[in-house]
Amino acid sequence: MATIRTDTPLPFTLPKLGEEYDNTSDDPRVRQPLVLGGKHFNEVTENVASISERKIHPAWVVCLLLSLGLLTVFGTMLGYLVLTGVGVWGNNNTVNWAFGIVNFVFWVGIGHAGTLISAILFLFRQKWRTGINRFAEAMTIFAVMCAGVFPAVHVGRPWLAYWLFPLPNQMETWPQFRSPLMWDVFAVSTYATVSLLFWYIGMIPDLATLRDRSTSRVRQIAYGLFSLGWTGSSRHWHRFERAYLLLAGLATPLVLSVHSVVSFDFATSQIPGWHTTIFPPYFVAGAIYGGFAMVLCLAIPARQYFGLKEIITRRHIDNMAKVMLGTGLIVAYSYTMEFFIAGYSGNTFEQFHFLHNRPFGPMKICFYLMMFGNVVAPQLLWFKKLRNHLGVVMFCAIAANMGMWFERFVIIVISLHRDFLPSSWAMFYPTPVDIATLCGSFGLFFTMFLLFCRFLPMVAMAEVKTVMPESHAHSPHGEHHRWDYQPDQHSKTGPYKKGERLREVRDWTGI
Amino acid sequence: MTTQTLDTPVRTDDFPPELAGYLAEFDDVNTVMSAAEVVRDAGYTRWDVHSPFPIHGMDEAMGIRPTILPWLVLAGGLAGLGGALLMEWWMNAYDYGYMVSGKPLFSLPAFIPIMFEATVLIASLTAVFGMLFLNKLPMLYNPLFKSDRFRRVTNDRFFVVIDATDPKFDEVETENLLRSLNPLAIEQVED
Repeated sequence: MATIRTDTPLPFTLPKLGEEYDNTSDDPRVRQPLVLGGKHFNEVTENVASISERKIHPAWVVCLLLSLGLLTVFGTMLGYLVLTGVGVWGNNNTVNWAFGIVNFVFWVGIGHAGTLISAILFLFRQKWRTGINRFAEAMTIFAVMCAGVFPAVHVGRPWLAYWLFPLPNQMETWPQFRSPLMWDVFAVSTYATVSLLFWYIGMIPDLATLRDRSTSRVRQIAYGLFSLGWTGSSRHWHRFERAYLLLAGLATPLVLSVHSVVSFDFATSQIPGWHTTIFPPYFVAGAIYGGFAMVLCLAIPARQYFGLKEIITRRHIDNMAKVMLGTGLIVAYSYTMEFFIAGYSGNTFEQFHFLHNRPFGPMKICFYLMMFGNVVAPQLLWFKKLRNHLGVVMFCAIAANMGMWFERFVIIVISLHRDFLPSSWAMFYPTPVDIATLCGSFGLFFTMFLLFCRFLPMVAMAEVKTVMPESHAHSPHGEHHRWDYQPDQHSKTGPYKKGERLREVRDWTGI
Repeated sequence: MTTQTLDTPVRTDDFPPELAGYLAEFDDVNTVMSAAEVVRDAGYTRWDVHSPFPIHGMDEAMGIRPTILPWLVLAGGLAGLGGALLMEWWMNAYDYGYMVSGKPLFSLPAFIPIMFEATVLIASLTAVFGMLFLNKLPMLYNPLFKSDRFRRVTNDRFFVVIDATDPKFDEVETENLLRSLNPLAIEQVED
């Protein structure tokens, strides 16, 4: 096993942050390294691949057993629902969309961060994405799996859920494509498929790495089959990169469309609290906010326990916290705008909903939890000191996840339980089955995630290697530099020479 | 010349290994890049550079022509777009008309979200499976996998491989060319 050097061969010294190197500086003259610890390619491979090769840690087994326990609860609750009927949930009154749809929107929203990181940040050449994209994409797929379960059982007779798809049937009917619920079926199933493809093709080169390192026959055959005979051929890389770029280009509008379409389920109806034009961008921003919160919730412990601190660095955490702050502010703006428009519209029903029922109604606690998680908590992330404190970031991430779940609850349940006709008003109380199903869905999510951490490459090794300075031939500064711009050696004080600046910029953007 | 009857098992040494090509091993990007330029200029056509990650600028150094994949994806996207429109028209406006609030049966604005999703879906499937098809993957057997040295190609080493089927391939001259590139090692690949 190669030894991992802990000293840094950087031409400038990175300050320390506790026991870790602090590469979060925003000084534009110094390009901060994205892989720390003076690693060479082999050490990156070793660092990542050894996670699935070393002996199973008892802590992992304990976590897996706990998750499997929750998964069993999930399965039992779903079985109970299928055998008994959807009435085992609390929405057997006029509030006919409750936990089922809240959980669906919650999980789909979480899924958005993965594709955002893999597609949109790829197009924007945000090189730091390479450290986190693999497990963010995995998280997306597992979240979409959890999401898919809820509408399927909420239809009441899940064995007839295939009616949602345009399949010939004995009733000679076809789905109604003018309904936003139908758009949702297509949006979510396309999203699940494209995310899975994106995740898998990105993983092929790394599966080949695991194949080439395997010592046992079983691992050789398993990784050999799934890596499809990848040899790292440059002719293959050429088409691979092109396919990856095209997928990123296709997935970018897709990720924005999915939560827009989810929001159409509400926005095209007339219920006060749903009937708003701001919904699509508001939902997308909320999804990215909640999704990044979930990535942080998984990344902070994972980098700790799997020894990935030099690949998922403090800069990655810092950047993700900034994305959370930015999208959190869009969410806060949207909340404010909803209230303003309700007051400004002069519509009695809108005013009743936003100015009375949400903040002062019987479920006001949910509203305040939502405001705390999504508006108050992210304000901590304005401060670099607090962004550099893992405990604070973790707190904000958990608060955001909670806040985003309550946001969907507020939108769906508080709007439905008191709409136009007081005669159809009803109170919603979740049943134990409701709560157990929600908790159980986390069992599915964490079981999948733990299996992924153990058996698949958790970090995109091939991609991380491309952001290391050694991966570029012919440094633009002439001789080979380990780091592109070295302020100590050049000590430029005056303005750049003509042409030099352009080269610097090109070098920065990676174009 | 011996003749074999059907019940004698075929022995592997009746088929002596054939030379499949040469591989030359490198350990940094700059050297393999200039090596690629030399092999390209020597006029070889059936050869490749294998690396753990895509090397920026390798396409030019090897003279790889742009792939037709984007055109396939465009075709896939258009097929998805047209296919979805056709499906929606046929199912909702022709075969099973169902009046909702007096809206037209063929209402294009309401059909757009599904047309968009189908475009993305078919185009993405084309991008992935088109890439695999053009790369002739999955291909689980490859003579290169017999080389222990080559196992580092997915870790930290770079390989120039010249195929024995190349019209310019010559056991001596090709080896000399590879030797002049200053590799860490040269190996015969046997099939």
